[in-house]
Order: sequence, then C-alpha cells, then structure tokens
Amino acid sequence: MTGPLPWRALAAISVVAVSISLALPYLLTPYYLGLVVKMIIFALFAMSFDLLIGYTGMASLGHAAYFGIAAYATGLLALRLEWNVWLALPAGVLIAAITAALFGLLALRARGSYFLMITLALSQVLWGVAFGWRSLTGGEDGLPDVPRPDLGLPWSLADDTPFYYFVVFIVGVGTLLLIRIVSSPFGHALRGIRESETRMLALGYNVWRYKFVAFVLAGTFAGLAGCLYVYLNRYVSPGYVHVVMSAEVLLMVVLGGAGTLFGPAIGAVLFVWLENMISSYTERWLMLLGLVYVLVGMFAPNGLTGLVRDLLNRRTGS
Amino acid sequence: MTFWVLQILNGISFGMLLFLLAAGLSLIYGLLKILNLTHGSFYLLGGYVGLVVVHATGSFILAVLIGSLAIALIGIVMERVFLRRFHLQEMPQVLLTFGFLFIFSDFAILMWGADPQTMPKPELFGSSIQIGPFVYPSYRLFIIGFGLVVAALLWWLQEGTRFGAMIRAGVDDEETARAMGINVSLLFTLVFALGAFLAALGGVMGGPIFGVYPGADFEILLLGFVVVIIGGLGSLKGALAGGLLVGLLDNFGKVFFPEFALFTIFAPMVVILAVRPTGLFGRE
Repeated sequence: MTGPLPWRALAAISVVAVSISLALPYLLTPYYLGLVVKMIIFALFAMSFDLLIGYTGMASLGHAAYFGIAAYATGLLALRLEWNVWLALPAGVLIAAITAALFGLLALRARGSYFLMITLALSQVLWGVAFGWRSLTGGEDGLPDVPRPDLGLPWSLADDTPFYYFVVFIVGVGTLLLIRIVSSPFGHALRGIRESETRMLALGYNVWRYKFVAFVLAGTFAGLAGCLYVYLNRYVSPGYVHVVMSAEVLLMVVLGGAGTLFGPAIGAVLFVWLENMISSYTERWLMLLGLVYVLVGMFAPNGLTGLVRDLLNRRTGS
Repeated sequence: MTFWVLQILNGISFGMLLFLLAAGLSLIYGLLKILNLTHGSFYLLGGYVGLVVVHATGSFILAVLIGSLAIALIGIVMERVFLRRFHLQEMPQVLLTFGFLFIFSDFAILMWGADPQTMPKPELFGSSIQIGPFVYPSYRLFIIGFGLVVAALLWWLQEGTRFGAMIRAGVDDEETARAMGINVSLLFTLVFALGAFLAALGGVMGGPIFGVYPGADFEILLLGFVVVIIGGLGSLKGALAGGLLVGLLDNFGKVFFPEFALFTIFAPMVVILAVRPTGLFGRE
C-alpha cells in the first residue's frame, strides 16, 4: 500500500485537474463535451455504488432503481409542474433517498444471494411501473423534452458549456462528500463490516444501522446522478431503471476496482467511452457487453487494477 | 362466477410454468450456491429452439424434447467450462451469469428478430373443452396436469432415489459428501443441466400461451426470483407454493390493474420479506 500523498503533490494534482476541467469546453466539440458530461455523471453513479459494494461489501443488483426513480421524479416535476432545478433536483434526490430507505428496510433483512435477488426484484418492479403506467411515465416511449435547468442566472444552462460547468460543480461537491464519508469513522466502520460483520457486532456496533445508512446514502448519490442525467439527455425512459443499467454500474465499479472510489469513477469513464465507440460500429452492443462481463468475471473479478497487480506480482514472483 | 373460475385456472397454469422455472433456480442454488441470472435466458432459448423444431417437424413433443435437451446441453457447457472454477465466489458468478444473460438476449434478437412469435398448440390440445358449465382451453389444463406430474417426479427424484440422496447430501455438507465418495463435481453439472432443462421446458410449454418474444428472459427471471423469494431458495415445496401464488397474483394483476401489473406481485413479496426473510419454506 502507498501512504497518503504529500500535500504539495495533492495540491498540484488538484490544480491540474481543475484547470483541465475548466478548459475542456474550449478544447472539445459539443458532441464530445456531451460525452464527457455523461462520463462525469456516471462516475458519480459508480462512486455511489462503490459505497455500497466496495466499502460495505453489499452487492446489489438493483442500484439503477434510485438513479432511475430520481430521473423520473425530476423529469416529471420539470415537465409537468414546471418546477425549476432548485426544486426539481432536490425533490428527485429526496425521492431516491426515500425509495432507498424503503427498499433498504426490505432488502437488509436478507443477505448474500437473497439480497441480490431482492434488490433486483425491487428495482424491476419500478421498471414495470415505469413501463406500464403510460399515463404518467409515457411507458416505453419515456418522457421527452425535459427542459435543461434554468438557474435564473444571466447565462442559460441550455447551452452545453454552462451546463458542463454545472455538472462538474455538482459532481465535484458530491465527490468531496463521498470522500468525506468514506474517510470518516463511519466509513471505517463500513469497511469493518465488509471484513467481518460478526467482529463489528462483537465490538458493539449496530451493524444493521450502519448498513442501512450506507444503503440510503448510496441510493441518494445515485439519485443525484440520475437527476443530472435527465437534464443532460432531456429525456427519461424505462431503460434508466432497468436491470441492464444496474448491471452496467456494477461493471463500472468492478472494472475500476471496488472500494477505491476513484477506481469506479475511472471504470465509468472507460465504460462510457467503450460503449460510445462500440455502438458506433455495431448494433450488437449488448452481446459485446455480455462478452466483457464474461471476460472480466473470468480474468479480472478484482478489476483492471487487480489484474495489473496480479500480473506484476507474478512477474516479480512474489 | 365463470370469470373467476377461468381466471383462477389461468393463474394456476401460469403458476405451473413459474414452478418449472423456480424449481430449477432453487435446485441449482441449493447445491451449487449459484444465483443463476441466466435462468430466464434458458426459458427464452428453450422457446426459440422449440419454435424451430415445430416449424421443421410439426411435432410439439419433439419441440419439447429437443428444446429442453439443447438448453440442458448449454447448461452443461456453462457449468463445466465457466462456472465451476468460481465455486462459492459470488462476484465472478454474478458477472458470468449476467454476461450470458446479455449474450443470449442479443443472440436471440440476432437469430429470430425482435418481433414476438407464436408457437402453435399441440394438435391434441388445440381446442377447448367443456367441464360442466365452463368452456376452457384444454392446453392450459394440460399444463396444470403436466406441472403436477413434474412436481411429483422431482419430489420422487429428490426423496426417493439414490441421485436425490446424493444431492441432499451435497446440499447439507459438501465436504463430507465428497469424503464419502460421492462425485459432487458430476452432481454439480447434472443439477445445473437439470435446472436449465426445467427452465427450457417452461419456455417451450409456455410458448403456445404467451408466445416467444425478446425481453421474456428478463421478465421471467424477475418472476422466478419473486417466486423463490416468496417460497424460499432451495425448496421444492417453496417453488410450487410460490409459483402458484405468483402465477395467480400476476394474472389477476394484469386483469384488474394492467398499468401496475408488477405491483401486485410486489405486495406479497414485501409481506413475506417483513415476516420471513428467507421465504415460506427456505432455510437460513
């Protein structure tokens, strides 16, 4: 393990990262800027899931539920009630948190394979509602023409560049909060639960409560990502809640290396890039995606970082 | 009155198909401890292979046999080549079975297109029959009878045969079973193949009623999960009870609240989870 970076290095890295992110709109075409925004949003989504799977050791197969329900809530509020972003976005996040709390109450009664099944089943029920309740959700067609947020500022977020800064700002704040959470005593307790629940129980921790809070927090941040994604695409469809979406965020986290927060963010960037590249060549994206799952499952279940580490270890013979 | 009787029969016949599916899920989980996310794909591929056979030979019986056996073969390959290296490793198992779910799902669209297809009923059960005041499609009654026969056979297999005794030994204590000279490795493959066989059987048998269409794999996987959440993983009784319950609820849900069809199975799942998180007949 490497120790913490010296603060000078950290400061230098942050300055470079911030400058690059500020300059990007002037370096990229609108199309690629949109792609970058998508990457950033999915990075937040993947980090939210990492809190659950990487830090607490709870693999859920229904994390898209919170992403999707927040997206629907924000989309509907913005579209039907014409709520502005100051109201619609927090409302979407709140609904994701409430949903995560309700689902958490049910799913956390079980563990292991039951937990997997229950989270998948609960999220698919939401998908069923999104698909079936045509009068509210538009069914299969989804909700088109969700307006871009209007902050009441002199420049409009309907333009790609200000919207990019808006997303960078929100995801930046979200990331800082997530870093704060995982490095707090609470975050350390979560890692303790991941390693050994019984030990944490013996130490007097209320394990259930920690898991529940982690579950709700993960859902809340996923919801934030979902809200941003509606504003990016200006569109919601049942695909946002579908199990394929849950599986995709799982792959992002596993690819990047669970339990590192930044790994999953990189996994998300990689995933979105891969998806974009492959989809432009072939319609068989789902099949190739399946192949990636099989390959990752076979050869890199600890992610690309784990794979590299294994290869290095083998070479040095340690 | 007629309406209720017919709808209840519809629900039970669908429940029998769900039983076939959930029994396989349960058997596989019970012994191999794998949550098989590819299970819905076995159902779907079974349906499609069955269709191909029906179109080629005109024989429904051949469709059932070849469809189920072909998918059992896929199951054997999946277990032998891929899953067995990751015994008791949850994450690789989830990734692999997810991967195959996606691959098969897209493969089916590539091969058979995105349009729903209908499977002709077997000639013997092509018409409706009259029982007292009710007229009812005989094929659905046949499915109910068939499901009961399969349930009885599975129960006999598990409780009354040497093979079943070996499975039970493997479920209870794998290490000891191995030490006693039971070929657990072979048992794993056979049970996985049997699970795939049952799911595909459901797919072919369900074809004449529900058709064969893209997306059925995800839909049926969800219903299968709900059945085992309610009935309990690893329990045949649970698969039957859960299957019938979910079949009935799903049917009435679709009749009364078409917009919230999935919500009607959600409610009982919540109740069961609140009262018995391991399902009606599950064990911890």
